Amino acid sequence: MAKFAMAKSDRVQTSSHNWDMVIGPQRNLFDLRLRELLHSSDLIMLFVRRDFVSVYKQTILGPLWYLIQPLLTTIIFTVIFGNIAKLPTDGLPQFLFYMSGTVIWTYFASCLTKTSDTFVTNASLFGKVYFPRLTVPISILISNLIAFAIQFGFFLAFMGYFALQGTQLHPNWWILLTPVLLLMMAGLGLGFGIIVSSLTTKYRDLRFLVQFGAQLLMYVTPVIYPTSSLSHRFQVLIQFNPMSSVVEAFRYAYLGGGTVDLVQLAYSFGIMLVVIIIGVIMFNRVEATFMDTV
Amino acid sequence: MSDPVIIAENISKAYRLGQFGSGTLTNDLKGWWAKARGKPNPLLKIGQEELDGKTLWALREVSFSVEPGLVLGIIGRNGAGKSTVLKILSRVTAPTTGHMYVKGRIASLLEVGTGFHPELTGRENIYLNGAILGMKRGEIDRKFDEILDFSEVEQFIDTPVKRYSSGMYVRLAFAVAAHLEPEILVVDEVLAVGDVEFQKKCLGKMGDVAREEGRTVLFVSHNMSAILRLTQESIVLEKGHLVMRASTAEAVDYYLSGGNAQAGERIWDVDEVPPDATPFRPISLRLLDKAGKIVDTVRSTEAFKIEMEYALSAPLTGLRIGIYLSTARGEYVLTSFDTDDQKHFEKHGSRPAGHYVSGCMLPPDFLNGGRYTLGVNASSYRVRRYFMDEQALTFNVDTSGAPGMQWAEPRPGILRPRLEWKIETK
Repeated sequence: MAKFAMAKSDRVQTSSHNWDMVIGPQRNLFDLRLRELLHSSDLIMLFVRRDFVSVYKQTILGPLWYLIQPLLTTIIFTVIFGNIAKLPTDGLPQFLFYMSGTVIWTYFASCLTKTSDTFVTNASLFGKVYFPRLTVPISILISNLIAFAIQFGFFLAFMGYFALQGTQLHPNWWILLTPVLLLMMAGLGLGFGIIVSSLTTKYRDLRFLVQFGAQLLMYVTPVIYPTSSLSHRFQVLIQFNPMSSVVEAFRYAYLGGGTVDLVQLAYSFGIMLVVIIIGVIMFNRVEATFMDTV
Repeated sequence: MSDPVIIAENISKAYRLGQFGSGTLTNDLKGWWAKARGKPNPLLKIGQEELDGKTLWALREVSFSVEPGLVLGIIGRNGAGKSTVLKILSRVTAPTTGHMYVKGRIASLLEVGTGFHPELTGRENIYLNGAILGMKRGEIDRKFDEILDFSEVEQFIDTPVKRYSSGMYVRLAFAVAAHLEPEILVVDEVLAVGDVEFQKKCLGKMGDVAREEGRTVLFVSHNMSAILRLTQESIVLEKGHLVMRASTAEAVDYYLSGGNAQAGERIWDVDEVPPDATPFRPISLRLLDKAGKIVDTVRSTEAFKIEMEYALSAPLTGLRIGIYLSTARGEYVLTSFDTDDQKHFEKHGSRPAGHYVSGCMLPPDFLNGGRYTLGVNASSYRVRRYFMDEQALTFNVDTSGAPGMQWAEPRPGILRPRLEWKIETK
């Protein structure tokens, strides 16, 4: 009886107080704590720094790897798809065509694969302290963005070189769309990535699926071929892929080949919003108890 | 009394034991597919009803409140739910039912050095770790020198921490956490590492945090002397239930005396023995004086006997019964097995099913005064451990009549032997 009375008086207290934090069993579906995330900008930047500084420590070439990777991929693509398979490139120089595709695709793919591992790779950290968990995938987007900027700068340098050699390139005003295109790639990578990472706490299979799924996905995105080279049926098909219009628009803006399809871009943007919302909700639900299952 | 800064209200936490689904998507799909066709799940073992594991309640309806400025100790055996309380409080995991209400910033030191990256330098890790623990960059800038000073690793601050010794690592990590200035500090077993000097410094810092700065500290440790020194009040958890809240002295006493265990003897009920102990079944562990009486206080100057009574429901080969004697603070005094002696080892190489008592005498003039813990273990070397209870029994050693009692000062040390001194004039 005494115990009951105590519990009751506690309840009166709890309701009359102005608590900073209430820890309960399950949060509201839409209680996403985004404000908390905004307050963690310092943490995000430190994670970015950590990723950036630690990745190439104890390597001889260090940050040069950022340039070697796209360069070698581009050379191999040029040889295999350009010279052996003789795929068309919308009349653009093969090297620039493949390089633009590679650099753009790499950003999306690395956002996707790295964020999809969030819970598994950070299990020991998440198991000990609380901080807004979304800081980790967001920091991944930013460190990848820095890598992208370096690689894209490299691409622009090659563009300049080709222009000096007298190649006809047609960069145009659509370049102004670049931030939006980047946002869409980051958003799609983040959205799908955190959906997968939420599911991997239970199903580890998905990690492997994502790793090579990202590679396969590249072949249904106009990375190594232009959309225009496909038959109408296949064109319709790959337009379901929200990344297709982004890659095409990028290429059109900087090289003048390909297409900008605003309807397609709007579709991709919509998909991005949907996956982000679903992803963040799932991520928040898993976050509360995932330590019990990992 | 001021208003509480933490109120825990009927907190329960359930863990599902065993499998969560079957771990892979394909197996789960197979299970669903079988269910959908009305067939038994092909992955279930025969006789097993459902893949569901059992539910373990790590915490059961735990309620307490903490007033600001209080250093509250949380005491309990392994698996009593101490760490679960802290994990819920530090939001690492959510409770199954119940709520916790918290006022102010919480920082938790569930093992220090969380988030340290081995490739980064000490300096970089201070910033990263600080931010993970919830500090802003400006805050860390302000306290950087203080942290560095406290950590004593100044010379190596620009060296990657993977080159640090474990002591340096812990010092740096604790230094960051100690300077967090949270309203509520949650500390779990950080003091298990680091050298004695640094441990003292940490304890001192924690004490300051509570006393001078009026912060609230929740402290979990197996180190009873640290709990006694740092906390005024403690709660005792037993199998997920909060069984006691009292002054720390009282709580530690209750805990050390094994809760409801009878003085001088620990008797295991059938339901206390884990099922995987079979064929071994512990019956009781007891302490006997010269006259064969069960006692909970023995005299330092007299021999006493430790007896372990147990039953085997099947013959066992290579079984050995071990006792672990340690001080109440957890320092080991000795370990001994009933088949240590070559003679016994050969004779009792295999024991038929039956009822046994393994006993040994401890010599007189051996232990110093104080409180000791006796643990017991039954195992076959490199084969299996059947049963283990690290804190089966506690007892006191009384020093009356021991050498040197003409001086009423406490004497440091675990042993109190009667040494043969010679004093010669030359």
